[in-house]
Amino acid sequence: MTPRILKNVRIVDPSTLMDETGDILIDGGRIIACGAQLSGAEIPADCEIEDCTGLIAVPGLVDACVHIGEPGAEHRETIASASRAAAKGGVTSMIMMPDTDPVIDDVALVDFVQRLARDEAIVRVHPAAALTKGLNGEDMTEFGLLLDAGAVMLSNGRHTVDNPAVMRRVMTYARDFGAVVAVATQDRRLGGSGVMNEGLFASWLGLPGIPREAEIIPLERDLRLAALTGARYHAMSISVPESSDVIRAAKARGVDVTAGISINHLTLNETDIGEYRTFFRLSPPLRTEDDRRAMVSALTDGTIDIIVSAHDPQDVDTKRLPFADAENGAIGLETLLAAALRLYHSGDVPLMRLIDALSTRPARILGLDAGTLAIGARADIALIDPEHPWVLSKEDIVSRSKNSAFEDARFTGKVLQTLVAGVTVYRS
Amino acid sequence: MSFPHRHLLGIKGLSEQDIHYLLDQSDAAVKISRQREKKTSTLRGLTQINLFFESSTRTQASFELAGKRLGADVMNMSVANSSVKKGETLVDTAMTLNAMRPDVLVVRHSSAGAVALLSQKVACPVINAGDGAHEHPTQALLDALTIRRAKGKVGRLIVTICGDVLHSRVARSNILLLNALGARVRVVAPSTLLPSGIRHMGVEVFQRMEDGLKDADVVMMLRLQRERMAGAFVPSVREYFHYYGLDAVKLALAKDDALVMHPGPMNRGVEISSDVADGPQSVIEQQVEMGVAVRMAVMETLMLHGELAR
Repeated sequence: MTPRILKNVRIVDPSTLMDETGDILIDGGRIIACGAQLSGAEIPADCEIEDCTGLIAVPGLVDACVHIGEPGAEHRETIASASRAAAKGGVTSMIMMPDTDPVIDDVALVDFVQRLARDEAIVRVHPAAALTKGLNGEDMTEFGLLLDAGAVMLSNGRHTVDNPAVMRRVMTYARDFGAVVAVATQDRRLGGSGVMNEGLFASWLGLPGIPREAEIIPLERDLRLAALTGARYHAMSISVPESSDVIRAAKARGVDVTAGISINHLTLNETDIGEYRTFFRLSPPLRTEDDRRAMVSALTDGTIDIIVSAHDPQDVDTKRLPFADAENGAIGLETLLAAALRLYHSGDVPLMRLIDALSTRPARILGLDAGTLAIGARADIALIDPEHPWVLSKEDIVSRSKNSAFEDARFTGKVLQTLVAGVTVYRS
Repeated sequence: MSFPHRHLLGIKGLSEQDIHYLLDQSDAAVKISRQREKKTSTLRGLTQINLFFESSTRTQASFELAGKRLGADVMNMSVANSSVKKGETLVDTAMTLNAMRPDVLVVRHSSAGAVALLSQKVACPVINAGDGAHEHPTQALLDALTIRRAKGKVGRLIVTICGDVLHSRVARSNILLLNALGARVRVVAPSTLLPSGIRHMGVEVFQRMEDGLKDADVVMMLRLQRERMAGAFVPSVREYFHYYGLDAVKLALAKDDALVMHPGPMNRGVEISSDVADGPQSVIEQQVEMGVAVRMAVMETLMLHGELAR
C-alpha cells in the first residue's frame, strides 16, 4: 500500500485536543504524522497526496449500538450491508448488539460473527455478547470466554434484567473480568403495552403511553447495584433528563458508570410521529422537545458520554402496520454524523465534544484501538465537509432496510470519505 | 357549501362549519328514514364495503342500513382479528378490496391509526367506524345531532362525559366535536380511567359525579368493558356503580331537563341504572335513530360532494 498524505485539512482530534489545520501522513495503515507541523516525519517520495482544503478530519466514528439482522434476519440487514452503511456515515467501528437469532451468547457465535466480519465487512465489527443466555434475564453467559474471544461488552439487548438478584450476580461476576455491562433500562411491566411517550400527544392519538419512570426506576436500581458490586455499568440509551440526573449523581458518588444516547433522541421529539408514522416508533420512545433540549445539555456537559445510532433495520413486514402493531427501531448509521452536526450548527454542542462523544469516548469506554488520530494510531478517519447541504432520499439509502427517521430530511454537513486503516472504504 | 374532505377519519380537522353541514344533511336524512318509502336512488350503482376487523353489531348494522336506504350495494366483510395476522392483512386487504373498485369503505379496527393507514392505500373515500382508542367520528356526530335536535343548539351547553375516557374513542371524538361547537365539556371518572394530560384536552376534570353533574345539560355515559372492572382499573362492579354509575339520585343533580345518553351497548347496573336508561330523560333510542341518519349524510357527502371538492 502506498503511503498517503491528507493535506490542508482541519484536524479535530478529541484524544489529543488537537484542532488545527495541517496534514495527516499515513503509512502501513497507521498515522505517521499529524498536525500543522509534520515535525520530524519524512514524506516518502511515492506518497499519494490529496488536497483536503475546507474539510475536517476526525477519528472514524465508533458506534456502540448497532442492531444487525445477521444471523437470523438477513432480509433486513447483513453484516456486509451494515458495514457499507457505516462507511457511508463515517463509522469505522461498530458494536453489534447480541439480539440476533440465534442470540450471540456463545463463543462459537462470537467467532462466527468475527469471521464473517473479517471476510465481508468494510469497517471494523465488534460483537457485544449477551449478558444472559438467550437474553432470558436469568442465566449468566461465559463472560470470560466471550471476552477472550473478542466480545467488547456484555449487553442484555433491548431489555432490563428484571430480576434484581440476577442483575446483582452478573454485575458481581462481570467486575472480575473488567467487563462493561451495558443495559437499556425499561421496566416492561410499568411500560406495559405502551408504544410511545406517555402524555397529551399519545392521549390524543389514542395510543398507550410509556411513562418516563419505566426508564428511570430500573436505572436507579442498576446504579445502586453498580455501587454495591463495583461493576462497570453503561446505560446504553437514556432519553429523559431525570435519567441524566441520576447518572450525574452516581458519577459524583464515584460509581463506575457511563451513559449513551441515540442520535434520534438528540434531534427528534415525539411530535415527529405525526399521524402514526411508524419509523418514529423507537425504544426508548421519542420524548418531548423539553426533554430533547435537556438531553443535549447533558451531552454538552459530559454527563452523557456517548452518542450511538441505535441502528435498527426493520422491513415493511414489521413497519407498514398500524402504529401499535409495528416494531420499534430506525436505521441510523448513514445519518449519524450528519444528524449530529445539527447540534454543532445550532451552536448547542462544540465540535470537539461532539466528535468525542461519537468516537473517542466510546473507544475509551470499550478499550478499542480507535477514536484517535495520535501518531501511531490506526488510520481510521472520517473526512467531513461541514457545510455540504444535502437531503436524504430513500433511493440513496445503502442499508438493506429503509426505515430511516430522517427520510427527506435536510442536513448540513456530509461525510465525503471514510478510511479504515488508511484505505478508503467510502468516497461520496 | 361543500365539504372539503376526502375521507372521514376523525373529528380532528373538521371545522365548525363542516360539522354543521353534516348535521344539516343528517336532519334531511332523518326525514327519509321516517317515510314509508325509505329507499332512495341517491347512491344507486355505487358499492359500499363495510370492513370490520373488530366485531360490531350495532355500528355495522347502522352503516348497512344507511347505505341501503341511499340505494347503494352494500357488502359486509367481518375480518375477526383472531383469524388474520394483523397489519399485513390490513394493507393487503385494503389493496385487494381496492381492486374491486368500491365507492366507499367503512372500516373499524382495533388499532389506533389503522383506518388512516388503510386510507392511504385505496382510491375511494374511507369512513372511520372506530380505530382503537383514537376516534369514532360518526358516533360523535350522531350524539351532536341528538343534542341539537333536543336542545336546539350545542354551543354553550354543559356536557358531562362519565366513565372510561382512557380507552374510549367515543370520548375523544366527542371532546373534539363539542369543543369545536363551543360546548363546555366535563369529564368524570376515577383517575385510573383518564388519559395522561386530560386537563389539557379542553375539558374540566372531576372525580366526583356530584361535582361533575351539577347543572349539566347533557350526561353522556361511557361503557366500561368487563375485563377492566375486576381489579385492573377499578376494584369491582359494585364499587364502580356506587361512585360512578348513573342513578336517579345522581341524575337529579343535573338540570331537570338534562339528556341522558349512552353510545351502547349498555351495562345496566354497572355504569347506568335501568330506571335512568329507560326513563323520560333518556335519548338513547334517539341516538340509534340519528346514527342511521348521520351515516347516510356522511356517505352521501363523501361519495357525491367529495368528488366535486377534489
